[in-house]
Amino acid sequence: MMNDGFTMTETSNSTMSLKPATAMEVKGLNFFYGSFQGLKDINLEIAERRVTAFIGPSGCGKSTLLRTFNRMYSLYPGQEAQGEILLHGENILDPKQDLNLLRARVGMVFQKPTPFPMSIYDNIAFGVRLYERLSTSAMDDRVEWSLRKAALWDEVKDKLSQSGLSLSGGQQQRLCIARSVAVKPDVLLLDEPTSALDPISTAKVEELINELKKDYTIAIVTHNMQQAARVSDFTAYMYLGELMEFGETEQIFFKPQRKETEDYITGRFG
Amino acid sequence: MGDKHISTQFDVELNAISTRLMEMGGMVEAQFRHSIESFVTLDTTIADTVLSDEKRVNQLELEIDHDISSVIGRRQPTAIDLRLLIAMSRMTSNLERAGDEVARICRMVKLLADRPELNRVPRVELRTAAELASTLLHKSLDAFARLDEHMALSILKEDDLIDREYEGFVRKLLTYVLEDTRAITGVIDMLFVAKAVERVGDHAKNLAESTIYVVKGQDVRHASLARVESLVKP
Repeated sequence: MMNDGFTMTETSNSTMSLKPATAMEVKGLNFFYGSFQGLKDINLEIAERRVTAFIGPSGCGKSTLLRTFNRMYSLYPGQEAQGEILLHGENILDPKQDLNLLRARVGMVFQKPTPFPMSIYDNIAFGVRLYERLSTSAMDDRVEWSLRKAALWDEVKDKLSQSGLSLSGGQQQRLCIARSVAVKPDVLLLDEPTSALDPISTAKVEELINELKKDYTIAIVTHNMQQAARVSDFTAYMYLGELMEFGETEQIFFKPQRKETEDYITGRFG
Repeated sequence: MGDKHISTQFDVELNAISTRLMEMGGMVEAQFRHSIESFVTLDTTIADTVLSDEKRVNQLELEIDHDISSVIGRRQPTAIDLRLLIAMSRMTSNLERAGDEVARICRMVKLLADRPELNRVPRVELRTAAELASTLLHKSLDAFARLDEHMALSILKEDDLIDREYEGFVRKLLTYVLEDTRAITGVIDMLFVAKAVERVGDHAKNLAESTIYVVKGQDVRHASLARVESLVKP
């Protein structure tokens, strides 16, 4: 039976919560691009060591929401978040929050692979050096560990000194994932990580996501609903800046509670 | 079947499958009525016609299943579309098996027609159960076409009536055997017919369960009537 062994509770203030341990808790989040409100009273919990997918049509706020999780928006003037985002109980929206430290704890991988114009080795080591002083051998170990985590080691171990830009698109994206993993974050944010990749590279990244969730909490924004269905444990459907429905992925893709969700995932949205 | 997809071709494909399923349902329904007619009148010409039409039902099952697999493979349906396709696949199988029961009745009619000594056994008494089963079959297809879970629920409740009629008919057959043990072979054949009627009612019930599955997203096969009732009437 689909719903047995699973409970979704809806409390006042429309907080939707699900059972596993919570890594991030979003409470009453509003987001503004100047006078335009991009997110409206978002309340949800991101489960620890699970994959949470955000789906919804363009402009629904899913990427905006993801960018609040490591305060990426702080780079741009006129953008403001109100409410609370608790990372293991600590409000990351607090003005006193150290942003460099936050971005080490909450890593991000973008739609287009963004390797630095430096060697494969240094692509990984660069970020690590910002936070840690490691001996050469310890750094070598960290680079290998990260590349292994990103399922890239076997493909690049003999050419670590070559430029990261010499890799294929799929390899570059896994290099970016390795780079994020190298600083040992709590949470990994993936913003459409495979939309620029071919099906084989996509499958490799999806396989990687499945491996990484053993150690990390993952939030992924994707336009590919089948990808959300394949890789995530929980799915949030967003529309016009609002969280329309949040639940176990199996339930969302089999029998969503709201008609709006069903219309979107079955391609009736128009 | 609900609101339109952005892809009109997807709608065309889904509608084509459900139209063929209804066509298959209509054929089984008509064949069932004819088979009962031939049982009551022992008219083997009707039975022969039904038996030759059964091949078309089998063919439709294969064709519909092929189309369902094709849509699943090409469109990766989700939510209501997925539930609909799974339900339709189950329903073709139920209808085909109901068709097998109809064929069984017709084969029995051909055996019974050669036994004039059975004329004393009032075959017409099976008619009530058969009419109930025929109505349920019709309603179950109707409930699916409208995706009406309340109508589907009423079918689950009515299936009990057929079971009671079936038991009543069996008791009557037994009294005939007690009166005249020579009638036993024919009575056993008639029992097969009665069982087939009862099974058609069961298949109608299965079809109704598929409708509830599509609408409510819960598999109610093997669930108690009380549970299904609480699901349909929250």
